[in-house]
Amino acid sequence: MTFNWVQRTSKLSRWQGAFQSCIFSCKRYSVQEQCRVPSSVVEAFRAVTGSDGVSMGTAVREQHGKDESVHSCRPPDVVVWPRSVEEVSALARLCHQHSLPMIPFGTGTGLEGGVGALKGGVCFDLQKMDRVLDFHAEDFDVTVEPGVTRTGLNSYLRDSGLWFPVDPGADASLCGMAATSASGTNAVRYGTMRENVMNLEVVLSDGTIVHTAGKGRRTRKTAAGYNLTNLFVGSEGTLGIITKATLRLYGIPEAVVSAVCSFSSVQAAVDSTVQILQCGIPIARIEFLDDVMIDACNRYSKLSYPVSPTLFLEFHGSERSLEEQVSLAEEITKANSGLDFIWAKDQETRSRLWKARHDAWYAALAIRPRCKAYSTDVCVPISRLPQIIVETKQDLTQNRLTGPIAGHVGDGNFHCLMVLDPTDPDEVQRVQEFTDRLARRALAMDGTCTGEHGVGLGKRALLREEVGPLCMGVMEGVKASLDPQNLMNPGKVL
Amino acid sequence: MSGRVLVGVKRVIDYAVKIRVKPDKTGVVTDGVKHSMNPFCEIAVEEAVRLREKKLMKEVIAVSCGPQQCQETIRTALAMGADRGIHVEVSGKDYENLGPLQVSKIMAALAKKEEASLVIVGKQAIDGDCNQTGQMTAALLDWPQGTFASEVSVDGDGLKVEREIDGGLESVRIKMPAVVTADLRLNEPRYATLPNIMKAKKKKIASVKPADLGVELTSRLEILAVEDPPQRQSGVKVESVQDLVTKLRDSGTL
Repeated sequence: MTFNWVQRTSKLSRWQGAFQSCIFSCKRYSVQEQCRVPSSVVEAFRAVTGSDGVSMGTAVREQHGKDESVHSCRPPDVVVWPRSVEEVSALARLCHQHSLPMIPFGTGTGLEGGVGALKGGVCFDLQKMDRVLDFHAEDFDVTVEPGVTRTGLNSYLRDSGLWFPVDPGADASLCGMAATSASGTNAVRYGTMRENVMNLEVVLSDGTIVHTAGKGRRTRKTAAGYNLTNLFVGSEGTLGIITKATLRLYGIPEAVVSAVCSFSSVQAAVDSTVQILQCGIPIARIEFLDDVMIDACNRYSKLSYPVSPTLFLEFHGSERSLEEQVSLAEEITKANSGLDFIWAKDQETRSRLWKARHDAWYAALAIRPRCKAYSTDVCVPISRLPQIIVETKQDLTQNRLTGPIAGHVGDGNFHCLMVLDPTDPDEVQRVQEFTDRLARRALAMDGTCTGEHGVGLGKRALLREEVGPLCMGVMEGVKASLDPQNLMNPGKVL
Repeated sequence: MSGRVLVGVKRVIDYAVKIRVKPDKTGVVTDGVKHSMNPFCEIAVEEAVRLREKKLMKEVIAVSCGPQQCQETIRTALAMGADRGIHVEVSGKDYENLGPLQVSKIMAALAKKEEASLVIVGKQAIDGDCNQTGQMTAALLDWPQGTFASEVSVDGDGLKVEREIDGGLESVRIKMPAVVTADLRLNEPRYATLPNIMKAKKKKIASVKPADLGVELTSRLEILAVEDPPQRQSGVKVESVQDLVTKLRDSGTL
């Protein structure tokens, strides 16, 4: 049974364009299309990267046409593996000369279809550039190439007492994380990529190599010129290819305490979060799981948490400051009728306590076997959290949708893990409409349609609504200035 | 019983590095390559520090044998909580030929000199993969050994050690003084934090030479060559069963 997505999209309103790129289509994208890259150009690529640095194999191209999102595979025409920024620049010059689209590729773990080659072209797989360069322990900074992942860097740094705390779910490329302005569970204390990228080396669409803060510069603050570094952070490959990132490091926490507390209502849990933050407790992680999610986790990980809204907390600091932080947080949860506040200090017990949160994705999938999962990603000011979560849960119930909630409530960011049957067109439609309502709800509360996953392919219409036509005009002007031919990852973000 | 724990730590090429064989086949490339403490040694240090934190032992001494750079490895052990360090200076040809037999003689001599109650080492190093040092040390000292330990607890005047063996787990009780070798699941080592790294700079590292301990380092082994494993050859597709049989016959397989 094939479900003809094309017919339905033509009837969709501008809002529903959020799902326009064919998420659960049973129709497989054909890879036998004519290659848009002339063979002379492919030979020129080989001259730059060496013969094993270019591939047009079907399997290789398919692997580079999809990420971990629900968007269907859109393979490029050619995949290249440059080994240095000079090679990236030479390849970009060739692509620019022949008007070929360029798509940077890190670990392929994005969640918004950012690597899909909608117009074919050349995928730049940057994994061969995998060195950790220039580590300055006393200055708390390090420079990395795109092939270095976040766990790879932290493993490298482990003896120095420093770490890079931004931790999205996947073991992603750090330069890729810069490109998507990624964030993790401890953004509430350590910030996201926006706050932690000090300098970038970028190759523009015509091959020009730029250092956004100046070559080799790595100061904790600067007032020099336009903030180009943060222009490229979150640009999702549409303005240039990031080939080096200079990152801000932090001291590994001296001691860590983890805690779990359940509440009788969502309101109580979120109120506790707001109050913990307002008290100035430097909480490192504060994660929310709703009752549906906790139930799923209990079943999947064989735990026995009370099935009600739950907060998972983590505190970092010296032994003494932890005592203060934990006791104050416990007081707050008790004041909000929190049940049993359980906490632990040693590594093994802490891992057990947090196991539910770590397995959340798989637990959600396990609720309904043979279904797929899609994660929503909105963010609102913290004070609006109780309202949006309560309204969202009502929406889910009214529309008979399975959407356990897990969220970084400390940032006002939460995810509904929508579990749905991709072969049921009615459910797909209801999920799509729900997601759009959720995004609109967030925007109406001074929020954003994407807290950490990025705009990618599916949220371009929402971005337009979020920033408004005038601001959109400015963004389009920047894009036109840096990439007049629209070769850099076309069809994404704008 | 002195309550002193001697922990051996080895400086090896970091586990995340891609190893390259030297073109002259005498060994692997070590210049400019990231080195760190052997992961099993980290587990050994963690266990020793936990024993002291539980007040079951009084002092943890970290030992490393090798050139000047080994002091970095000892400093990491100190940052994890060891109280002091001993650097046994071995360099040049002696260092290239340093193997489990030589190291175990050194550890045995130090264990006697420091009057240790317990020697903990990692079960093996990720470069040599010998898995011999702990056992040889116990033999030289004529001490009992609890190897591949996944759990260690003090039991009266001895230790109860849970060992990881092929069939599952084996529980042994050994009297102290004893040698224990740490296996993967023994514990999760702590990270060195900045304040502890600063404190570690003030802890003492004593330098000794093997000769001072009465240990003679000649090796009875000579490395003939170090080579890459053979490159994987690509397969061949055949069109028919007849082709397959012919090819198998030609290659001598049939």
